[in-house]
Amino acid sequence: MEVAQQDKILSVIGEKYGDQVLHAGMLFDFFTVTLKKDKIVDIIRALYDHPDMKFQYLTSLCGIHYPELEQIAVAYQLHNLYTNTRLRLKIYLPVASPTVPTLTSVFASANWMERETYDFYGVIFEGHPNLKRILNVDEMIIFPMRKEYPLEDQIRQDKNDTMFGR
Amino acid sequence: MEKGLGNVRIGEKPAGIEGAGFFATSLEKVVGLARKNSIWPLPFATSCCGIEFMATMGAHYDLARFGSERLSFSPRQADLLMVMGTIAKKMGPVLRQVYEQMAEPRWVLSVGACASSGGIFDTYSVLQGIDRIIPVDVYVPGCPPRPEQIIDGIIKIQALVESESLRRRDSDEYKAMLNTYGIE
Repeated sequence: MEVAQQDKILSVIGEKYGDQVLHAGMLFDFFTVTLKKDKIVDIIRALYDHPDMKFQYLTSLCGIHYPELEQIAVAYQLHNLYTNTRLRLKIYLPVASPTVPTLTSVFASANWMERETYDFYGVIFEGHPNLKRILNVDEMIIFPMRKEYPLEDQIRQDKNDTMFGR
Repeated sequence: MEKGLGNVRIGEKPAGIEGAGFFATSLEKVVGLARKNSIWPLPFATSCCGIEFMATMGAHYDLARFGSERLSFSPRQADLLMVMGTIAKKMGPVLRQVYEQMAEPRWVLSVGACASSGGIFDTYSVLQGIDRIIPVDVYVPGCPPRPEQIIDGIIKIQALVESESLRRRDSDEYKAMLNTYGIE
């Protein structure tokens, strides 16, 4: 993305929420703005409504677990379909209490994405209309994409050391 | 081979006493013969093993040669549950319900590594073998198995069907076996 475009996005965020920006820059060829978590819904709403921004499509919403930071990030990928501009917003939540307001008031499509993020990372989206597991079995008691949980099914018996090892 | 039937083979008649106008044998053998050659399979295909099953049902391999040309998509009318593909833990209760809806006598063929053991999907979301929730009669290994292997599994099922005692499903041993899976 061109620097002028990046500055424009940052200036729109900075109009009201300049104090919320922690970091901005190209991350893996993708313009990413790291924000404080408090005003995230207001910022996305502002980017949605602003006549020059029009980020009116939510491409994806997902979690990332950073065990060494003891934090869970939530990444929002927005898309301006008029100018084909993409933007990633990222917030960090403490693992001990990962709560963030729901984005369903802005994007209805955030409903299932937030359920998925809850299902796999345990992020609580406050105000979500139906925050329950979506992909995993309801009886599951862990959040399997958190890195403290092993990937493998622990009841498997054919993978002991005498056979292949784990 | 009967004259006029071309390459059509007719099932071997069981041992018995034959005379003018009559043939006497045990009912069990006749029922076994009939069941063996008219198995109605219910395909429970969830992934690539299901594709191999489609090839098995197609003209080249033609499972109809074994009396299984009539697939049943209602479990209530099926004799054989063919489980082909990865069964996620969330799918487990569905598979179990399908099995419970089948009428006795019923058989289960587990096709492929995933259905038999979880296969490569040694992960939190996948059932590590369908025999954790329902009894399985024959396992077909492979990832995925070739149609020949699936046919081999069907032939092994046929051998079980043919030789099964008519009273087996009423026996205490059978009920005890089902009880170990929590099925009444």
